[in-house]
Amino acid sequence: MSDEHAPHIHVTPMWIYIAVFLALAVGTLLTWWVSTIDLGLMNTPIALLIATIKAVLVILFFMHVIHSTRLTWVVVIASFLWLGVLFVLTFADYLTRLWKIY
Amino acid sequence: MSDIPLDGTAPVTHEEHAHHPFLQHHFEDLGQQHEASTLGMWMFLSTEILFFGGVLCAYWVYRILYPEAWAIGAEQQNKLYGGLNTIVLIISSLTMALAVRNAQLGKRKGTVAMLFATLVFGSTFMAVKGIEYWQHYHEGLFPGVHFTWNEIPALAPKVQLFMVFYWGMTGLHALHMVIGAGLLIWMMTRAWRGHFGPEYYGPVEIMGLYWHFVDIVWIFLFPFLYLIHGVHHV
Repeated sequence: MSDEHAPHIHVTPMWIYIAVFLALAVGTLLTWWVSTIDLGLMNTPIALLIATIKAVLVILFFMHVIHSTRLTWVVVIASFLWLGVLFVLTFADYLTRLWKIY
Repeated sequence: MSDIPLDGTAPVTHEEHAHHPFLQHHFEDLGQQHEASTLGMWMFLSTEILFFGGVLCAYWVYRILYPEAWAIGAEQQNKLYGGLNTIVLIISSLTMALAVRNAQLGKRKGTVAMLFATLVFGSTFMAVKGIEYWQHYHEGLFPGVHFTWNEIPALAPKVQLFMVFYWGMTGLHALHMVIGAGLLIWMMTRAWRGHFGPEYYGPVEIMGLYWHFVDIVWIFLFPFLYLIHGVHHV
């Protein structure tokens, strides 16, 4: 291994960047369009689902996590795991405070 | 700093140990340096995820408590501006990704051009945000003594709470954009001076991680603040 050992470069092909961009743009339009339709309780989960798919696309392809080391994957996944803990524990409290009302 | 190793081996001089000008002495090689900085940036972003996550969590607690006020609050937003800004920010993420790609390929002018394009789209986003802030302020939708919105008196305090979240969340996001703009200008000067190439493009990549993260925050803020489908309010 040479002293000047360069980083392992993954130059993402142009078409992947364009495809991800188009998917993000379509997702934005879809989010807006769905919000104009009354789907009752399903409006919020659908908006969340589209936003999550968009975020995953950005993380994997624009942020190059798909080519990152496993250690980076661990940090990325752990971040969202802790975010999940934050939400689950908070709502385990707040949603059950209201149970007598519902 | 001195080049005398702490383990007692002979000192290494720069003459016999010539290396890449941007290889920090505590790294084995550029590959290790790149991996370490990527990992370090993701550690920082994980604190950012939890920082914005805390605000989002509080937002959802109150959204569940006051669904009508949240729907009415979202109706006060300009969905066209919000939607256009979302597209503008996505374009800026594309140009940011292309700046990193140009840096990887050693295209100096292409890197500078794409960083500049990112700065232009980022500034466009901020300008539209500024127009929205100005309009909200004059519509009496700034929380505090200036809050005069009273179309539904019973809900006015709760709509004001929604606007606290609106200004707080978009304000924190905008602060990140301003910092990002500063970083873009810094990276443009470094790219212009020819610092980056296939063996060393880490700073542009790391800056890109930050920019894309701020884009992701907006991807969630747009539906949360602009597009709450009407709970059939009174």
